[in-house]
Amino acid sequence: MTGATDHRVVRPTTSAIMLGNRWDHFLARWAINRSGHRVAPGLYALGKPTADSPVFVSANYTLSFDALREALAGRDSYILVLDTDGINVWCAAGKGTFGTDELVQRIEATGLKDVVHHRTLILPQLGAPGVAAHLVTKRTQFKIEYGPVRATDLPEYLKTHQATPEMRRVHFPLRDRIVLIPVELVAVLPVLIVVIVLDLIGGFVSSPAIIAAILAGTVLFPILLPWLPTHAFSTKGLILGGIVALPFALIAFLSNPNAAMWLRATGALTWLLTLPPITAFITLNFTGSTTFTSRTGVRREIFAYIPVMAWLFGAGIALTIVRAAIKILGGA
Amino acid sequence: MVGVSALNTLKFDAEACTGCGICVDVCPHGVFAQNSRTIYVVHGDACMECGACQVNCPFGAIQVDSGVGCAAAMIAAALTRKQQATCG
Repeated sequence: MTGATDHRVVRPTTSAIMLGNRWDHFLARWAINRSGHRVAPGLYALGKPTADSPVFVSANYTLSFDALREALAGRDSYILVLDTDGINVWCAAGKGTFGTDELVQRIEATGLKDVVHHRTLILPQLGAPGVAAHLVTKRTQFKIEYGPVRATDLPEYLKTHQATPEMRRVHFPLRDRIVLIPVELVAVLPVLIVVIVLDLIGGFVSSPAIIAAILAGTVLFPILLPWLPTHAFSTKGLILGGIVALPFALIAFLSNPNAAMWLRATGALTWLLTLPPITAFITLNFTGSTTFTSRTGVRREIFAYIPVMAWLFGAGIALTIVRAAIKILGGA
Repeated sequence: MVGVSALNTLKFDAEACTGCGICVDVCPHGVFAQNSRTIYVVHGDACMECGACQVNCPFGAIQVDSGVGCAAAMIAAALTRKQQATCG
């Protein structure tokens, strides 16, 4: 590099994913240093590209960049990395940072027109929500070719430069859902800690039941998503939370066989009221991690089911308080 | 502009469409299909409102109220009184 302000530098890169890269991916999957998994934006030379070599465009998120360079093993090519604030291609496209303006500016800043003779860029299909291909062509003369959704399909795609319908589709298979679980867990970690502390310092809450409801939403839900009945994420969560609440309700009902029937029944009922909305709130929030929920659908769900969750949870808490008050007053 | 599904805001204008097929390429859920120079909406309910088709259609034949389908972002935006819900 000749200087920090010289953008017209072509950095070398390879297709090798080293131990350090794998460690970086692992940390990213656990949301550790979440915005720190970056690649310097600019132009990269993979192998020994010539002025006729293809140009691929990526985001400056290590998981995106590494997936691309790994898929291009053995192909001399250029990779143009956009500045997306360390965010992956699809999310950045949704925000517009993987976008028309950034692409046009990056083409100019790197002097790409002098580096290659041709005028074609291959973009990941999932960058399309941010990039108006026809406007990029108008402003830079570069034609845009949308490649497949997954970088791993690139070798097959590059044989014909025609994507099969399958390469164009986004799925959400078990593997893709499971890799999200660590991030989900990290997100609820503070709540889990508070629940455990509250339980330890005086039994203010019953942590096993609440932890079970939370883990149902963060761990079980991503795994079971396609097999849970109903369409809405909230109702799927209520069902899953209800199943998880059942054993706790049963234990509450059976553990005090000598108590009054109404006390045993309401004890069980508190779990059936409070636990499902905890799970459902988490599963509703999982919509943003999926590959298929629409804004219209999620908005409708929020209006339809947040009040239901609040009422169930509120009723459960009210019932708990009433039961405690009656017990203290010696009513039972 | 004609709405294609009760589940989302996607609208398609067959009059303005020239059949270039870019929408078929960019859609991640196979909403559009092409038969020579004619585009058909074949899977309207699957639209997730990502906006890729509208952004890339050079003829303004597609309209969709795009945005992230993320409850966490929308709830956060509502709580902080922001107009636009985004992630990160």
